[in-house]
This record gives sequence, C-alpha cells and structure tokens, in this order.
Amino acid sequence: MRLRLSEADAAFREEMRAFFTTQVPERIRSVVAERRELSKDDIVETQRILNAAGLAVPAWPAEWGGRGWTSLQKHIWHEEMQLANVPAPLAFNTSMVGPVIAAFGSQEQKERFLPATANIDIWWSQGFSEPDAGSDLASLRTAAVRDGDHYVVNGQKTWTTLGQYGDWIFTLVRTDPDAPKKQMGISFLLIDMTSPGLTVRPIKLIDGGQEVNEVFFEDVRVPVANLVGEENKGWTYAKFLLGNERVGVAPVGSTKSVLARAKQLAKDRLDDPFVAARFAELETELLALELTALRVVANSADGKPHPASSVLKLRGTQLQQAVTELLVDLAGPGGVASGADDTSAVPQWARVAAPRYLNYRKASIYGGSNEVQRQIIAGTILGL
Amino acid sequence: MDFELDDEQTALRDAVRRLLASTYASIDGRRAATAKAPGWDEGMWGRLAEMGVLGLPFTEEDGGMGAGPVEVALVAEQLGRVLAPEPFAEAVVLACGLVAAAGSAEQKEHLLPGVVDGTTVAAFAHFEPGAAAGTPPRSVTATQDGDGWLLDGVKEPVLHGAQAGVLVVSARVDAGGTDRTGLFVVATDAAGLDRVDYPTYDGIRAARVTFASTPAAPLGAAGADASDVLALVTAHAQVALCHEAVGAMATALDLTTEYLRTRKQFGVPLKTFQALTFRAADMYVSLELARSMALWATLVLADGDPDAAVVAATRAVVQTSAAGRHIGQEAIQLHGGIGMTAEYAVGHYTTRLTAIDQLLGGRTAHLKALADHVGEYDVVDPLAV
Repeated sequence: MRLRLSEADAAFREEMRAFFTTQVPERIRSVVAERRELSKDDIVETQRILNAAGLAVPAWPAEWGGRGWTSLQKHIWHEEMQLANVPAPLAFNTSMVGPVIAAFGSQEQKERFLPATANIDIWWSQGFSEPDAGSDLASLRTAAVRDGDHYVVNGQKTWTTLGQYGDWIFTLVRTDPDAPKKQMGISFLLIDMTSPGLTVRPIKLIDGGQEVNEVFFEDVRVPVANLVGEENKGWTYAKFLLGNERVGVAPVGSTKSVLARAKQLAKDRLDDPFVAARFAELETELLALELTALRVVANSADGKPHPASSVLKLRGTQLQQAVTELLVDLAGPGGVASGADDTSAVPQWARVAAPRYLNYRKASIYGGSNEVQRQIIAGTILGL
Repeated sequence: MDFELDDEQTALRDAVRRLLASTYASIDGRRAATAKAPGWDEGMWGRLAEMGVLGLPFTEEDGGMGAGPVEVALVAEQLGRVLAPEPFAEAVVLACGLVAAAGSAEQKEHLLPGVVDGTTVAAFAHFEPGAAAGTPPRSVTATQDGDGWLLDGVKEPVLHGAQAGVLVVSARVDAGGTDRTGLFVVATDAAGLDRVDYPTYDGIRAARVTFASTPAAPLGAAGADASDVLALVTAHAQVALCHEAVGAMATALDLTTEYLRTRKQFGVPLKTFQALTFRAADMYVSLELARSMALWATLVLADGDPDAAVVAATRAVVQTSAAGRHIGQEAIQLHGGIGMTAEYAVGHYTTRLTAIDQLLGGRTAHLKALADHVGEYDVVDPLAV
C-alpha cells in the first residue's frame, strides 16, 4: 500500500494538467467554471483539440485511437479534465457507441464510423429509453421490421439528450416480438437522423432548458448494413455499453471543481460556522468517494469490476446534487433573478444556481436510477 | 497510489484472523472474555505477543517489529470483525505509542519490552470528567517538586486503567502563566494513586484514576510541551480505531444480510421486501466509503507528515463516526427485537461502534476542526497532502 503516485503516474498527471489548462481555450473552460450552458461548437471544438492530441478516446482499442493506458491513468485523465473545467468528450460518441462499434461492429462500420465518432464529425444521440421503457429498458417497443435490404422502424424514443444536435442515433429496436424473453428480441441499430420519417421534438424541462428530446420514427428505412453485430443480440451490446457508462460515472472532479468555486464565492460567509461545516462535510464526503473511485480503479486492472464500483454512481450523484443545493443556499433570494441578463446586479453564479440545481435532479435518475443501483448492490453484492 | 497488501501483510492479516477465530468465532467468546478479569483473554494477549502483534508499531531498536500503520490497521480491522476485547488500539498504539514517541531511550528500554512481550499492559489516562473531546488536559495538573514532579486531579474514564501495569498520564503544566501539555509516567504503586474499576456499556473495563500529590516521571525531556506528539500519536490511535470500526461494521452488515436471507415473516424471507434490502444497500455504501477513508488515512500516516496525519485522521473520524451510527442503527432496526437482545450478536456490534465513536471524539468535534480551516485551501487532493 502506498499513498503517492509512482513517478511515471505523477509525471502523467502533470502532463494532463498542463495540457488541459493550456491547450483548451479559457473561453470554453470558463463556460464550465461558471456553469453556463455549453454550445454545440464549444463541445465540438474541445473534442477536436483533444482528439488531435490523442486525448479524446484513450480507452478505445489502440488501432482506433486508444492509448493502452492503465485504469489509473484513465482515471487521472478524467479527473484532471474535470478539475480544469474542460468539457468532457461527448459521452454518446466516446463512451457509448464508439466502444460498441469497436467491439461488435463490422470492419466496414469501424472504418466508416470510428474516426468520425472520435473527431465528432458525427454527433451521436442515444435512442434507448421510451415512454414505457425507462428503468425497465427491455420492455422497449420501437419495432424494426425487415424489408429486403432495409429495416423499417416505427416507434418513439425519449429523453434523447442533445438530440437537437444529433447527426446519427444509436438505437435499441425490437426485431423479434415473439422472442421467449423480452431481452432476446432486441437489436442495436444505427440510424441517420436525416432519414425521412424521423422527427426530433424538444422536451422543455423545469430549469427552462431544452436539453432532452423525443425522437419519433415513422416508417424510417434503415439499411441492414447499419445493424451492429447480430440481429437480436442487441441486449448484450447494450449491457456492454451500460457497463462502460458506469465507469467514470462518479463525477468527482467536476463536483470538486464546483465546490471549490462555491468556496470562493462564499467568501466571508465561511466565517459562519454552519456554512463552513457544510463545506467541510461535503469535502470529506467527496474525498471518501474519490478514494473509493481510486480503489475501484486500482483493482480493475484485471478487467473485473470492483464490487465497490456500484457505490460510485449512487454516492457520486448524491454529492453532485448536494453541491448544487449548497449553491442555491448561498445564492439566497437573489437566486430567483434567473431570467435577468448580464446587466443584472445579481451575480451570474447566483442567477444560475437554482436552474442548475433543478437540472441536476436528473443525475440520480439517468444511467440506471439510484434505486436501480441499490437493487444492484442488494442483489449482486449482498446476495439479497 | 496503491491499496494492495503485499504478501507479508496478507500473511499477517490471515494469521491474526485465524488466531482470533480460535476464541472469538461467536459472540460467546467475547462474553466469556469480558466476564472475568482483566476483561480480555490473557491467553489470546500472549499469543498476539508471540506473533509480534503487540510490537508492530515500534522500531526494532525499541524491541518492536518495525512495521507501520498499514500492519496496525490490518490487525485492528480483524479485532473489530470479531469484537475481540483485547485493547490493541488503546494500549499498544496509543499508550505505548506515546512512550515510543516521547520517551527517553532509558524509558523506552525500561517500559516497552514488557509491553511487547505481553507481560504488562499500558493505559493512557487522558480523558477528564466533563471535558469536551480533543481538549488539552486541564484538571489534572503537574507541578515540579525538587527533582521530581507531582500530579493532582482526576482522570476518567481511563480504559483498563485498573488493569494496567504502566500508566501514561497527560497533565497541565503551568509554565510561568501559560499552560503546556505534559506527558508523565506513573508507577502503579505510586503514593496517592487511587484506581476505581468498573465496566463500560460495551463490556470492557475502565477506571476513575485519582492523583493526590502522586509522584510522576516526565516522559522524555522534562518540561517540554507534548501537544504535537500527543496529537500525532492520537491520530495513529484514531485511525486504528477507525479500522476496528470498519471491521465491526462489516460484520454487522454480514449479520444483517444473513438475517434478511433467513428470517421469514408473512411466509416469505425478509429479503423479499425492498424497503429492507435498499436499506442494506445504503449500509454497504456507508461501509465502503468509511473503509476507503480509513485506508487513505493509514497511507497518510505511513507517508510521515505529522500535520497531514492529524488532518487525515480527523477526516477518517468524521466518516467513520457517521458510518458507525448509520450501520449500527440500521443493523438493529433490520433485525427487529432480536437485535436489542444481549443474547444475540448484532447488538454488541452497535454497542461497540457507539463506544468507538465516543472514544474517537465524535463527528461534531472533528467536523468543527475541519471547518475551522476550510477557507485555507481550494480542493482536497488525496495524493498531495
């Protein structure tokens, strides 16, 4: 057991820190630091800078841009990126569909999609959830019926985050409604979002933002060549994808960064022992989470996920939300001035505090709700 | 950053686990050991000494094993897992730790061998009636008397204070109008020393120790302020106790999940009820977070910076205290009435976790210590403390 990073890992950390704080424009990093909304261009510009430096898809297979890093190096990369307020590479591209295509796609699909996905020349959207298939994803009903060299897709997806920017959407569709188990009749299909019959409709959220969408499919014709892997094996690929999604799902670095900024903003209110105690408590809870993430990382070297990994999503989102609550409290009554423009006498951070708090109620719902995480802990770890 | 044990550490952990299982496989072992003097199993204490466990934290020069905080943590967790009543953290890490850290070469040579070989047990008399956690000694005073020193006042509770053969005592020393903290060694047959023994609610022994012009020898250089060494050794003992708590929490959770699997109500096992299994899942979360923090604090101790060690121990206490309360309370609640009984094991775990929490000083005091300095840095970096 050893506290310090090895010399090589410490040097790696410095290298990452230097890159993220000098090579990604301050203009973009300040958007993250100030918790304003990133534009599509901000996200694309950042990912291209990272991709050019080999830092967009380090976990992919080497042949497609992966770096062969250790789990600890990947963790350091992710943490330093968040601490430097660098927008992370688009998860739909780099953590979700990319690894699935790399693992299960045809050579032709790999060549066609992977470089464009890494460089965000294609912006991917996720088409998993449906109005009647949330936590119970396998009851999805969007159907794909084979018609010659095409599938004809009908149905509806929902909660499609940033679907308004999407060029392509990776979907789970039902290809065998008669399969003996509902998990067995599902396929993983890539769909061009400019296809006739595909419509994207925004869902307005309680924070006033429009970050999620509904996607409707009406007789959308999708070439069979866009099927990933085998027909009716889509559930296997989805599980692989969700497993990747949970890695790095504890937003430690970004929560630390927001908490540090909150501390700067709090200024002399830190003299209030109650306020100071809240910071001390959150910092300690966050440290325990970060250390648990490090334990998971250190023990994942043999490819087997550490049992404690299920803690990360659950606790990570709780703390992420707790920090947004702290900012709401620090903002006080001024925080309701959310609609004021930059001429407002209320500082920008206070104006966004409540919308961000409301927005982050999503964190304990997406990616397997926290109740699903408890189910996993109780079932697979505790044997209940 | 590495949380893996090396082969020797794994062997030590396994050997201690096997040894403890010989006596404490069930709660009856603890019941039997705590029912008679001295409040732990003397045979077990002797075997721990033979294994070198009682000398783990001390240098080979001092007659110890030259091991470090990691080895101490492994042992403490194993003791906690079976609720072994042997006073490892209190006697070895804390009381003897003070002798090793502050004592003169002569004192170490005189006091440590008997402790390491298990023939003598040391106690640290520090808590004072009515004093808040973490405060320096006030009511017990040390005054110079010619070449020697005299102690006056009351220490209570002193864990296994009546059973100890070596008493280390903290005292207020008046140094020309300002108070210093002094550490002293008192012989158990010293004049004016009175020890009243009683049991604690978690089944171990404690004492009220009264000093009335009791002769005492300063630990190390006479008159030196011992605040820093006291803070550092206390940090080591706190982290050891955190590991003992982690061990106890792990078993409390094991007992609880086993109960949920086997106990039937309404014709079905309790684990059928999600209202119960979700609470067990939250107990697991608390346990793993506390374990991570205790492990990290151990690594910070091993890294050697004394200021960082004190802060890390404080963070570990904050986490352990919350987790111990949570897991202890839920372990009883999920068992129902049986968890309240002295007959059944799980309540003893809650009892011991409560005692550890009190001995650690509790969450509020430690949180305050952190809150007082929260404006002095941006972020907590676990790798650069």
